[in-house]
Amino acid sequence: MPAIHLRLGAFSAALALLAATSSGALAQKKYDVGASDTEIKIGNIMPYSGPASAYGVIGKTEEAYFRKINAEGGINGRKITFISYDDAYSPPKTVEQARKLVESDEVLIVFNPLGTPPNSAIQKYMNQKKVPQLFVATGATKWNDPKEFPWTMGWQPNYQSETIIYAKYILKNKPDAKIAVLYQNDDYGKDYLKGLKDGLGAKAASMIVMEESYEVSEPTIDSHIVKLKATGADVFMNITTPKFAAQAIKKNMEIGWRPLHFLNNVSASVGSVIKPAGFENAQDIISSNYLKDPTDPQWKNDAGMKGWNEFLDKYYPEANRADASVMYGYTVAQGLVHVLKACGDNLTRENIMKQAASIKELELGGLLPGIKVNTSATDFAPISQLQLMKFKGEGWDLFGDILSGDVGG
Amino acid sequence: MSAVEDVVTEAPAVEAVPKRAMTLGLGTSLVVLAALVIAPIFVKNFIIFQMTMLLIYGLAVLALNILTGGSGQFSLGQSAFYAVGAYTSAILMEHANMNYALTLPIAGIVCFAFGYLFGKPALRLSGVYLALATFALATAMPQLLKLGFFEHWTGGVQGLVVTKPDAPFGLKMSQDMWLYYFTLVISIGIYIASINLLRSRSGRAFMAIRDNEIAASAMGVNVALYKTLAFGVSAGITGVAGGLGAIAVQFVAPDGYTILLAISLFLGMVVGGVGWLPGSLVGSAFIIFVPNIAEGISKGLSGAVFGVLLFLVIFLVPHGARQVAMVAQQLLGKMIKK
Repeated sequence: MPAIHLRLGAFSAALALLAATSSGALAQKKYDVGASDTEIKIGNIMPYSGPASAYGVIGKTEEAYFRKINAEGGINGRKITFISYDDAYSPPKTVEQARKLVESDEVLIVFNPLGTPPNSAIQKYMNQKKVPQLFVATGATKWNDPKEFPWTMGWQPNYQSETIIYAKYILKNKPDAKIAVLYQNDDYGKDYLKGLKDGLGAKAASMIVMEESYEVSEPTIDSHIVKLKATGADVFMNITTPKFAAQAIKKNMEIGWRPLHFLNNVSASVGSVIKPAGFENAQDIISSNYLKDPTDPQWKNDAGMKGWNEFLDKYYPEANRADASVMYGYTVAQGLVHVLKACGDNLTRENIMKQAASIKELELGGLLPGIKVNTSATDFAPISQLQLMKFKGEGWDLFGDILSGDVGG
Repeated sequence: MSAVEDVVTEAPAVEAVPKRAMTLGLGTSLVVLAALVIAPIFVKNFIIFQMTMLLIYGLAVLALNILTGGSGQFSLGQSAFYAVGAYTSAILMEHANMNYALTLPIAGIVCFAFGYLFGKPALRLSGVYLALATFALATAMPQLLKLGFFEHWTGGVQGLVVTKPDAPFGLKMSQDMWLYYFTLVISIGIYIASINLLRSRSGRAFMAIRDNEIAASAMGVNVALYKTLAFGVSAGITGVAGGLGAIAVQFVAPDGYTILLAISLFLGMVVGGVGWLPGSLVGSAFIIFVPNIAEGISKGLSGAVFGVLLFLVIFLVPHGARQVAMVAQQLLGKMIKK
């Protein structure tokens, strides 16, 4: 069901406004299904139930943000109708919901559907139908493939970009490093590993002394850590999900292995990883981020953060402000609004993809200072910059320049 | 004797359904069939897709109905058979370039063998214990599909994209409509075969086992054989449904075949009426459409709304759609007499 109901009054006001202005503006108005003089229909698919339901917050934040946009007059006078469905993170259900959005609700685009398997399930369909599958909420690298899939575009820095950045740092600061890698044996872990190898280039074979993988089903990864220590490596690339990341940090300290420790952004949460592993065990670990951490006191007087807080106060007061997903949903919704504004009166699906592929140096309130959204006809990875951070005391300290690691799918 | 033992040893966990009550009358069947044939001409492709899924899940529920309603064995592992069928079809189509129609019998045979073999050790279990053993199978399946060893064929976590077939012989028909009629023909075939199976000697043996295992074996029914056979047939039909599901959805991934699917199918069977084969379609409609209705009522509480709706159904019509159909029949009979 439409999450945002339009009031008749708003409708007629917008109509009157359009009638008043349209006589002067002879600019051609072009629409595809789902767009009109008064409305833009945006579809979305989120796991509101099921194993990944924690991410459902993203959809709720987006809904709240579009409510704010509508209350402030909409986009070029058009209100956004945001239709968000639940797929419970089950690919067959995603296909059903995507078809419902495209064929029954007749949305203009499907925006920010979440998860790698659900997005993989609908990618072919969306491209066959030529309906934009815009700013998908997954970190896999394969979404940046404009040649094969010109109607699908990613959003956040992908996994490979991140390890490419770590590789750059290692080559610069520790060119004779011996790297031991621990990675989760699935698409996520392999994506990260590939980025590391690509980033190291020709030196990858000599620098990486061991690649050790673990299965998600293993209860503990202690034995892998012992094995990695035995190689005598002085750099540890920790590509693990939160539970295992905490185990690894703890075990490292227990057996007295103190390499230069890189922790992937997936597990950089202070609350769910570092704190359980012990602050004293996590000192000097290096990771990276691209969003502002709302719990970090250094953004207290930041303009972008203030805007975020004002938005939440008014439109989504029950949100948990420590949840990074709220910041994520806010930022990606801003990205979409930017694209829709740029489209002007030409709201065809083709023009939306064209505008989405010509974002230049866009800065958004939730992104770290200096991180910019950039796309082109051959670059479908909007955010590909990250900033390194080091764990000090009880929080992350950002350091160094903004680093970039563009890769294609 | 303790309460637990009571539950286990009391045989009729499934109510005895007489053979004749398992099917619809000829007239009603023809009306339902006509509706299923004509409806797609008037609706959008998306609705046709939903109707195709309705038939596919209907087949899977039917398969469970043969197992539970027919032979009295429980299974919470149908999602595993469904997954094996789906992957068999997907792998044969994408890696071996086989025609989609040919992959279905293979999926059925592979699943029949799988179900038959699984039924062997499961023979020693009954009632809740059997349900638990099959539950384990359903839990293990998504992880097995992710194993690196099979990744070359299964695509691992990424899954496999399946190409949707066009209508053959130059028929001017959308892919969705063709697939719907294709599924409909297979479903009718399996439905008729299932009814005949239950009316046959084997069917009578299934039901004898369901009603009283000891009495059945005393009458000369080979209990072990027929129990495993029921498992095999059920798994085989589920496999065909899985294969059709993969073609309709155009994608297979481990996350599509979790324990939730098995529970949905079980739910569909209960709502449709245990042991009443036409109810499978009603049960399938329940598991496809009611979650959407629940989501429409409240997004945040869709699970709770679904629970309330399910509770109402079980409370008001404990025998599911069969009960509704029987009441309707009686009312109709009264009206005609007047």
